[in-house]
Amino acid sequence: MTEPVYYGVGFPYRIIQDLPGKLIVLEGNDGVGRSTQIAMLRKWLEDEGYAVSDTGLRRSTLTQAGLENAKNGHTLGSLTMSLFYATDFADRLENQIIPALKAGFIVLSDRYFYSTIARDVVRGADPQWARKVYGFALKPDVTYYLRADVPTLVARMVHGRGFNYWEAGMDIRCADNLYDSFCVYQSRLLQEFDAMTIEYGFETVDACRSAMDIFDDLRARLRKLLARP
Amino acid sequence: MGGLIYAESAIINANLHRPPGGKGFAIVLQPNSYRGKLIVVEGIDGSGKSTQIDLLYKWLLSQGKAVYFSEWNSSELVKSTTRLGKDEKAFTPTTFSLLQATDFSDRWENHILPMLKAGVIVMADRYAFTAFARDVARGVDRDWVRNLYSFAPQPDLVFYFRVPVNIAVDRITTGRAKLKYYEAGMDLGLSDNRITSFRLFQQRIINEYDAMVDEFNFEVVDGADVVQNQQKRVRTAVKRLLRGYEGMPNPNLPARRSRRSALKQIAAQGGES
Repeated sequence: MTEPVYYGVGFPYRIIQDLPGKLIVLEGNDGVGRSTQIAMLRKWLEDEGYAVSDTGLRRSTLTQAGLENAKNGHTLGSLTMSLFYATDFADRLENQIIPALKAGFIVLSDRYFYSTIARDVVRGADPQWARKVYGFALKPDVTYYLRADVPTLVARMVHGRGFNYWEAGMDIRCADNLYDSFCVYQSRLLQEFDAMTIEYGFETVDACRSAMDIFDDLRARLRKLLARP
Repeated sequence: MGGLIYAESAIINANLHRPPGGKGFAIVLQPNSYRGKLIVVEGIDGSGKSTQIDLLYKWLLSQGKAVYFSEWNSSELVKSTTRLGKDEKAFTPTTFSLLQATDFSDRWENHILPMLKAGVIVMADRYAFTAFARDVARGVDRDWVRNLYSFAPQPDLVFYFRVPVNIAVDRITTGRAKLKYYEAGMDLGLSDNRITSFRLFQQRIINEYDAMVDEFNFEVVDGADVVQNQQKRVRTAVKRLLRGYEGMPNPNLPARRSRRSALKQIAAQGGES
């Protein structure tokens, strides 16, 4: 990464000169297999001798408990949720991601703010407003967009953690039951991600394949990236 | 509800780069288009704004008006996180700004917006302008923080209580316990001494407020003046705003023609102050 580049003005009160690490983002829908891939990539990278740090949504120590509570209640509005997630993101960026990059780590990020924007827009947020909120965000070295169609996502859910309220978008009730709501909600998210592909320069990775095939693909891409000076 | 809020914020954003209304500023906050009225007080700590809004609130209540009061940083949903951040001194200027915007948006979605739609007079002790002044004084970007709050409308009245920093410092240091870490702006590293830091931090905030007077059409009130004089100015401006405004009917009051006597009755029962 070296010279940090931001989507907006970054952190005007903080001069960050050199970030020798690499910021690698995995994006994509719920159930697409991001965390499985991150665990495999982490192991491989550490075997290769890289120092690795990983992060993901809602892992900020500042907001974790409060956001969890808010999601368990029934007064959390869409706008408030959007800003709460932005707080989580900013805290992790300033206090985890940037320090790790400064120390030369490879940071594997399970989702980035693209996911939050996609969710906000599906919930009716103004797309430009949501993008400007993240003007402090660092541009990653690469974003791999793990892309799978809705039937594949459904199969992963069935064989994995099952359907849940938030991943089915039940807060905006896309349908009157979890299964249908999941399908509608995830296909809307898919549209948002697809629309962001060019805007944010995602590298699309076919995630309808087996976990091992996806991993081989990602590993080959990462090898090339890491070989660059 | 969510959809409506955003539909409106989309209009706001479309207007961000519209040629300004002759004053040299882009429109950040759309005019209040709801049935209710929105009245806001702003100013640094120790400017006397809370005293003034409290007097105004009671005065409007005594006239039988439907009034809702909202205070900065008072969302129950966000409270524990704010507490944690303050106790652990874990905030950066960006996370502080975002969390306060989260707090505001929770109050906006759950209280302020429904009250305005219902036709209530909403009074806010601090509003987006506090963030525009304080967060910028902390170092965040002006346009960035204005965008955060662009879903909120421009209030019908914004009273800005202007006091010299020395008077505010005297009021704060004699009337209360020790200045708190963030209140004194200790996170900025301006000085190791809390009072010196507070002074420098508040001066920066005053500079930001002063620069917003025309941008957001502030009614400037001399916060160093006698309390009653200030309240007189405030009430005059509010009366002007409420001329011809019916508001929502108060179910505790009888029909209009016997309103005056009913009010007298309420007053006699000690329902006003």
